[in-house]
Amino acid sequence: MIYKLQFDSLLPYWTVLLQGLLFTIILTTVSTAAGIAVGTAGASARVFGPRWLGRIVVGYVEIIRNTPFIVQLFFIYFGLPAAGIKLSESVAAFLAMVINLGAYSTEIIRAGIEAVPKGHLEAGSSLAMSRVEVLRYIVLRQAFAKVWPALSSQIIIVMLGSSVVSQISAQDLTYAANFIQSRNFRAFEVYLVAALIYLSLAIAVRALLRAIGHRFVSVR
Amino acid sequence: MYEFSVWLIVVNLLKAAEWTVILSLIAFVSGGAVGLILLFARTSHVPWLEGVTKVYIEFFQGTPLLMQLFLFFFGVALFGLEVSPWLAAWLALTFWTSAFLTEIWRGCVESLPKGQWEASSSLAMSYIEQMRYVILPQALRIAIPPTVGFSVQVIKGTALASIIGFVEVTKAGTMLNNATFRPFLVYSLVAAIYFCLCYPLSWYAKKLERRLNVAR
Amino acid sequence: MSLVSIRDLKKSYGPLDVLKGVSIEVAKGDVVAIIGRSGSGKSTLLRCINGLEDYQSGAIIADGIEVGSFKTNLRELRKHVGMVFQQFNLFPHLTAAGNVMLAPTVVNGASKAEAGALADEMLAKVGLSDKNDSYPSQLSGGQQQRVAIARALAMRPKVLLCDEITSALDPELVNEVLRVVEQLAKEGMTLILVTHEMRFARDVGTKLVFMHYGRVHEEGPPKQLFAAPKTPEFTQFISSIG
Repeated sequence: MIYKLQFDSLLPYWTVLLQGLLFTIILTTVSTAAGIAVGTAGASARVFGPRWLGRIVVGYVEIIRNTPFIVQLFFIYFGLPAAGIKLSESVAAFLAMVINLGAYSTEIIRAGIEAVPKGHLEAGSSLAMSRVEVLRYIVLRQAFAKVWPALSSQIIIVMLGSSVVSQISAQDLTYAANFIQSRNFRAFEVYLVAALIYLSLAIAVRALLRAIGHRFVSVR
Repeated sequence: MYEFSVWLIVVNLLKAAEWTVILSLIAFVSGGAVGLILLFARTSHVPWLEGVTKVYIEFFQGTPLLMQLFLFFFGVALFGLEVSPWLAAWLALTFWTSAFLTEIWRGCVESLPKGQWEASSSLAMSYIEQMRYVILPQALRIAIPPTVGFSVQVIKGTALASIIGFVEVTKAGTMLNNATFRPFLVYSLVAAIYFCLCYPLSWYAKKLERRLNVAR
Repeated sequence: MSLVSIRDLKKSYGPLDVLKGVSIEVAKGDVVAIIGRSGSGKSTLLRCINGLEDYQSGAIIADGIEVGSFKTNLRELRKHVGMVFQQFNLFPHLTAAGNVMLAPTVVNGASKAEAGALADEMLAKVGLSDKNDSYPSQLSGGQQQRVAIARALAMRPKVLLCDEITSALDPELVNEVLRVVEQLAKEGMTLILVTHEMRFARDVGTKLVFMHYGRVHEEGPPKQLFAAPKTPEFTQFISSIG
């Protein structure tokens, strides 16, 4: 009894898929930018900031890394309103992703910063550069070059993890797939197509990040 | 009354957490077994075998775990089999875990000096003999920290099983939230339970890694 | 009848020709020293003999086994042709005895007792009887290389290939290894060595092969060659090594 896969049942809904895909792409892009910014700040604070700040950063990182993303998402979307902060699905999704990526990139970038030889910092300051300038032009440049592959991997992981935001009704690709399969009752085909779209996205993003790495980040 | 209902929530969450632990353990073990087989395939130097394995790894690493859960949940039904959330979750997590573990282990195998391969092959050892007696014993030592580290990802991955109806701690949290309307408390407790499960493993993995780096 | 016969061997890595038609005959009991500049293809040649490298044209026959065709049984070949490496490549998770015993047990099916006795014999032969239970990390470079020799000998090869086996050693440790090799030569083992140890090549070698950019430029008894170089490249090589 071979079940016949009917992919053409998806065709009338291709715009829905496209919209979901667009949402996922935008969500990922914006969250990545903000997440890396958070990570940079966190890593810098941890390495160069006062001890008490470092401890707060460690706490933040460890909590995020040791709890599932979906729980973080639910906490932000369902839990915060109880404390008076009400958010739309998109904003909650964005916030959850930024906080999540921020924690992982803090760790990754921190490793990169600590790999920069101390001599470089000394050279910078003996050239009368301020600590912020040394950080910005010497340390971070090298740190990013070193950890770009690890950071790229994490970005892809977060992008794939974004499928969970469908659970709070944020209208991403997974939400679109859920919608379609509830209408055409072809769940397997719909999710297979969605999975392959995610895969294509992952491959494309990987290539893009590698290109960005070569062009902007690499240190010769 | 207030104290009682918090306690009730905690107890229910902990009971559900048992299922989190059971699913995590079973998926980790079965995922590891599949991962080991894939490792042999991936490093076998047999082109088609390596190719198939690469596609497998690319699929399970490059698609969301949630999609994989849905695919197994709805896909198993296509074969006319009775599908329970437990079965689908176990299958999806097993294959997902195997893809990541095999890549981690492959990295460890490839980090060994080529000379180990050359010396053992010069002693007329076959590929399987090389892997069993020379390569894997050495790779194992290096592989333990990242493998322990990945177990944390498996535990977090079980949270998604809640979406296809498997009752583990996240699902219990959702149900309790619907019953008590105390999301801040409920999800904080859920997070705390995961933290208690994951943090010791994360800490241990880091300790193992540090010890390994010192030993080198 | 040569034990190892190499005929017009040609090998290239992509566009780069590494071996450009090398022919050498090695008789039983020969001690062949292959010398030359780095990049002359010496190591590559050696590694072709036991199948670690493949080649594009020519022929190699080692102990009656054709090397390099797709029907070559590498496992069988390597029971007859052993190799010792520049970087020793001992198995760090096994003791010295463990290293020596592994292949006889796994490949030849020897029992633990037989392999143990064999290991004792081989380690005694290289002068390391008291180091049976030591791990490689506990041994000096010279000791590690001697264990590597014992390990290769445990398979009772007909030919032993030595790829610059003293190049990675501190100078004061070189002699202990050379002495072992010299003893093997006296016992009639067929040896093919890639080496930079000119004194050893001249005193222990029965045949010297000078290679230059993938070709054999000189071949013959060492003392004779050193005394009367025929090619300008060899003359230059001798003078450069002082």
